Amino acid sequence: MQQHPAYKTPFLVLTLVLILCFIINISLGSVLIPLKSIFGIVTGQVPENTSWEFIVINYRLPKALTAIIVGSGLGISGLLMQTLFKNPLAGPFVLGITSGASLGVAIAIMGASFFGGVMAGVLISKWSIVIAASLGSFLVLLTVLIVSNKVRDTMALLIIGLMFGSITAAIISVLTYFSTAEELQQFVFWRFGSLGNLSWQELVIFSIIYCIGLLLSLASIKALNTLLLGDNYAKSLGLNLKKTRLTIIIATSLLAGTITAFAGPIAFIGLAIPHITRQIFTTSNHKILLPAVFLLGSIIMLICDTIAQLPGLEYFLPINAITCLVGAPVVIWLLVRKRKMVF
Amino acid sequence: MAEHNEHIILKTENLSVGYKTKKDQVCVAKNINIQLEKGQLIGLVGANGIGKSTLLKTLTKNIPALNGSIFIENKNLNKCSNLELSKLLSVVLTEPLVAKNLSVFELITLGRQPYTNWIGNLTEQDLKTVNHAIQIINIEELKHKKCFELSDGQLQKVMIARALAQDTSLIILDEPTTHLDMYHKAYILKLLQKLATTTNKTILFSSHEIDLAIQLCDKMIVMNTNEINFDSPCNLIEQGVFNTLFPDDLITFDEITGSFKVKK
Repeated sequence: MQQHPAYKTPFLVLTLVLILCFIINISLGSVLIPLKSIFGIVTGQVPENTSWEFIVINYRLPKALTAIIVGSGLGISGLLMQTLFKNPLAGPFVLGITSGASLGVAIAIMGASFFGGVMAGVLISKWSIVIAASLGSFLVLLTVLIVSNKVRDTMALLIIGLMFGSITAAIISVLTYFSTAEELQQFVFWRFGSLGNLSWQELVIFSIIYCIGLLLSLASIKALNTLLLGDNYAKSLGLNLKKTRLTIIIATSLLAGTITAFAGPIAFIGLAIPHITRQIFTTSNHKILLPAVFLLGSIIMLICDTIAQLPGLEYFLPINAITCLVGAPVVIWLLVRKRKMVF
Repeated sequence: MAEHNEHIILKTENLSVGYKTKKDQVCVAKNINIQLEKGQLIGLVGANGIGKSTLLKTLTKNIPALNGSIFIENKNLNKCSNLELSKLLSVVLTEPLVAKNLSVFELITLGRQPYTNWIGNLTEQDLKTVNHAIQIINIEELKHKKCFELSDGQLQKVMIARALAQDTSLIILDEPTTHLDMYHKAYILKLLQKLATTTNKTILFSSHEIDLAIQLCDKMIVMNTNEINFDSPCNLIEQGVFNTLFPDDLITFDEITGSFKVKK
């Protein structure tokens, strides 16, 4: 597969758009800070207003970086899943990653009343939600992996993932039924998703795991291209199917699992970004798709976050709603305009 | 004897093929002893459900052999890794293509995967092989088309070009003529014959086009319920192997024209 020179321009444009979106994202917010001061703060000059510096360094900058990690990570894991399952409907969450994370968080928040008053305080801290989400998605994924070793068909694996999703959803509704209004509210807030709650320390851990997932995805590029021919052809080309499948699933769960743990179950991005990318780049070559998904995922997430924080106002909207409101019409428009689905 | 061995690309010794289930094993065919030589075109024929696909799947290491052994270029199939095997044997399967959005050129370059580096970059040599394959099959005008734009016949040619680009001494095709019209059936098989002679590759295919296979193949493998015959088409006709291929209530084999006739 050749690197086509025709793709250089869109890559250049997207990179510029990403930088632009990043700047717009950190310069807008509930407090108006002039663009000049923002540049000054980011480049490390002495700021004229320390509260501005605090807002930019400790709130807006980590939030923008989180948006990039979340958008690109979910997009890439969506791409991996769609190729692995040869199914345009697959997303990072088909393996039960979100449902597992939701179950973990639901038990941590709403199960508190079951575990008694002493535990309640411990269970609802920030880190406990992250740990519960990671643990939940890891456990569900582990179960899916064990089952996947017994089935040879990737399509069966897809359905098994969806079934696990249904089971966890059912358990969550039972928990919801028995929980207090306060617990329920906290759980609903987690479900809205949030990019802005991360400290630098958390961001470091977040990005390390993200980078491991990203490296595994990069290492799978050749295998992903081979998988385009179908499992049997891939095997005849010397591909170790079991190893490839495992690598891709681990990469996805690292990416989508940590993102869900830190930022909540962010819908839509994972499914839609690969489709938007394919419409723009009209290729199936992962050497082009993967970096393109990275750029587009980051851009769209930054735009969604900019809209969600309602510049100049004190309110902010749940990011999960915005991703769908902004993203879904884009995908519909692209499909209608081109009249053809590229997969 | 040693010199003779060099010409043998595929050899089976007392091979039994079939399926293993948890409780027992279903043997589809046994005592298969065939030797395919360099530059030969070999047709595999037999009635539906007789085990042609099972045999091909066993030869391509998709399912394990029940008994006996398979040697490709004097290497035991069981001791070959997937990657080693991919440099000895390429396949054209019946399964539909998943990603129809691939361009013809991209699809054919995927045949170079066993040779490329970790990210799949093509060297000059790879591109040369790919372009050579495109040239042999004569599909230059399709090069930049997407796979969903191709007809069944064109797609089959592209898949054969992909197998050629894999640069193996043995190519195995599973029913390459299904879904094709009469002209393209003959065209594809004639193309395979030309490939076998010009590139000196060994080409084994399964097909239901028995009359075409009789005319074009160097050797044929005929699978009957009780035995497997492996010989040149003329000898097989003389032995009357084709007469027992199907139940004789509807069609009979005409030895003079080498084709089947419907009973009047």
